[in-house]
Amino acid sequence: MKNILGRDIPEYIEGIGKLEPFQGAWTKLKKGWMDEPTVASAIKAKLPHQNKLCDSLEEAIIKTNPVNGITVSFHHHLRGGDDIVVKSISILSKLGIKNITLASSSLTSAHDELIPFIQDGTITKIFSSGIRDKLGKAISRGILDIPVIIHSHGGRARAIKTGKIKIDLAIIAAASADCEGNATGSHGKSAFGSIGYSMVDVRYAKQSIVVTDNLVDYPCIPLSIKQSFIDYVVKIDSIGDTSKIATGTTRITKSPMDLRIARLAADVIEHSGYFVNNFSFQVGAGGATLAVAKFIRDKMKKKNITGSFMLGGITSYCVDMLNENLFKALFDVQSFDAAVSNSLLNNKKHIEVPSTLYANPFNCGCLTNKLDIVVLGVLEIDVDFNINVITSSEGYITGASGGHSDTASGAQLAIAVCPSFRGRIPIIKKRVNTIVTPGESIDVLVTERGICVNPKNKELEQRLKKTGLNIRDIHELEKEVDGITGIPEKVKFTDKIIGIVEYRDGTIIDVIRQVKE
Amino acid sequence: MRKNKRRTALYIPGHNPAMVQQGGVYGADTVLLDLEDSVALSEKDAARILVRNMIKSIDFYNTEVTVRINHINTPFGLTDLEYIVPVKPEAIRLPKIETKSDVITVIEIIEKIEKKHGIPIGNIKIHPMIETAIGVQNVFEIASAHPRIDAITIGGQDLTADMGIVKTKDNAGLDYARKAIVMAAKANRIDALDSVFADVNDDDGLRIETEYAKKIGFTGKAVINPRQIDIIHDVFNPTDEEIRVAIKIVKAFNENTAKGIGVFALDGRMIDAPVVTRAQHILNLADIDIDDL
Repeated sequence: MKNILGRDIPEYIEGIGKLEPFQGAWTKLKKGWMDEPTVASAIKAKLPHQNKLCDSLEEAIIKTNPVNGITVSFHHHLRGGDDIVVKSISILSKLGIKNITLASSSLTSAHDELIPFIQDGTITKIFSSGIRDKLGKAISRGILDIPVIIHSHGGRARAIKTGKIKIDLAIIAAASADCEGNATGSHGKSAFGSIGYSMVDVRYAKQSIVVTDNLVDYPCIPLSIKQSFIDYVVKIDSIGDTSKIATGTTRITKSPMDLRIARLAADVIEHSGYFVNNFSFQVGAGGATLAVAKFIRDKMKKKNITGSFMLGGITSYCVDMLNENLFKALFDVQSFDAAVSNSLLNNKKHIEVPSTLYANPFNCGCLTNKLDIVVLGVLEIDVDFNINVITSSEGYITGASGGHSDTASGAQLAIAVCPSFRGRIPIIKKRVNTIVTPGESIDVLVTERGICVNPKNKELEQRLKKTGLNIRDIHELEKEVDGITGIPEKVKFTDKIIGIVEYRDGTIIDVIRQVKE
Repeated sequence: MRKNKRRTALYIPGHNPAMVQQGGVYGADTVLLDLEDSVALSEKDAARILVRNMIKSIDFYNTEVTVRINHINTPFGLTDLEYIVPVKPEAIRLPKIETKSDVITVIEIIEKIEKKHGIPIGNIKIHPMIETAIGVQNVFEIASAHPRIDAITIGGQDLTADMGIVKTKDNAGLDYARKAIVMAAKANRIDALDSVFADVNDDDGLRIETEYAKKIGFTGKAVINPRQIDIIHDVFNPTDEEIRVAIKIVKAFNENTAKGIGVFALDGRMIDAPVVTRAQHILNLADIDIDDL
């Protein structure tokens, strides 16, 4: 069957079940009351003054009585520095557990070592927002029999709440925790900031283990993770390398091209009609996206504008803007920079939020619904403004859905920023390899060679044209870029589906096929 | 619109295809495709061919395209002209011009090439660079040597070396030369372009130097990294208040001219031709056409 974007979606996939095709960003949500089941929290009991502390992670895992086919969840707040996912799966493997469903909020370069566990059948199914490097390539080559399920951050919270992801065991790396399992990411030698993704996991998991390298005297404050959800607590030497959280993505770029694009995006924002007092704002980390914040910061000061809140992946740049009173609050589901931990801990206006409050579409209104302006990165964009942030130009899984479609759908003004080509590869295509965010959610594309306004937004186009900005038709720009780079040969795929891309509401927006090599 | 302005001239090494093809996207007023100092001796041929082909095939959008050739007395200068003149850049920048005859010699060669290729004579403008003490002494003559010359520039690094002085942050040693060049340009009603600011990480230093350049009369400044463009534009761009006053003056001038009045008073201030000229210049810099208002 075809979804509304014309992508072929199978009706059923073995190991996943029936698929529902994407019908539009808000089609499914319009009715307000959702039909999907709601999973209840596990009901457990502990006697007073029982000891939850275990001597090792292995002991804690054994105590949960793992069985074949369990679903184990993790967060990715330690990003490239995470040491817990591979360690935990190694233990489960040693215990002879097979057919694990790995449900990590995302997977990074720290998780390449999972490949042998997929090869030997320890892991047979994966839910994740993103997959990178060798693991992404291995999955793209067909290492898993069941396609990987790519979800957005909001979509993950929805999937957990509705039981699409049934977590048997949540293993939570915490920068500090106490003997009862109250835990946080905001202080300790491995502080990583918000622990927003795990807040949802522990509420619905059958069993939960907190792993920390900083066991503190009771109580561990703040109670980001609460003891009432935690079965066992483990102290280990190190949960990972926090220096790899930032991985260079939170510094303002020095690339003249990224700065040029960011400057143009800031000009678009300034003249969009949404750059007014109390506006809310989100930017990603790295490249041109974060640099937009630098220019917006200058413009806010110059025009004496103050905002309402900043949302999402929080960088030290966002913290600086909060401290300058440019915004009233930061809502932090994930800290892109370990350096923001101190602010999260001490500034009451820097608020830790669970991913369900951040972006879950199945509630009474998540924070992304209240967003005015978001600036988003792009791997590929097509002439219908559909965006790919998951597969590379060669067709391999290499990126992450993250909050891309969540924020794009919620924001009043969603701006995509990217160079018109990278290396010799055009970024604006007639058709992207994989759709993660539908074009209907994107208002403007900003490149160094021109700014394209989605034709659905005529009023914005007229407003921007009056400012002298270089507004162009996206088809014309696509042709120009093809003229510079030439048209790359199409990537060849086999018929085998190796991944499905869930839209935030659980419908399927696209599938990813195996690269033909 | 932008072609009326020369606030920034972005140097791009002529042998680097990735950088040359991006020349028009950074918002500089002029792109300066360099065949001279930024190109190693072994790359001179490659740069010349690349720049020629890029000018033919790449869209530089609204950016003025200028090529800096090697000095005509080097083994490369003449061949540079033979390759570059036929693709008709908007201007050619001539390094180390010391006398009027230096410029005339090159212009005569350019004219021969234009004739040979059937190109209209005189469209390609010439921008002499003053980079030696003798050049500074002769700058008025150089600036007025030929109608093709519509800008004159200072090469700060070479001039410092020629003067045998150490370059200081306040540019004290170059102050006379900069002012002499500006005056020669103004006397000939052509543009005066300042030298580069070498420290690409010192935004404050760049702003201070640019503010001084503007104050003493330069039209714009050369740029070695696109990151410097916004700061220089910010300095050279008129302020909102300057624009507001300029609009008022030009509007009043047009109304009074229609009534046959030459000199008039506005807000207690006498408005005559030079004031109007300056106001019009501000509107040009701000891309404002009074008839559109």
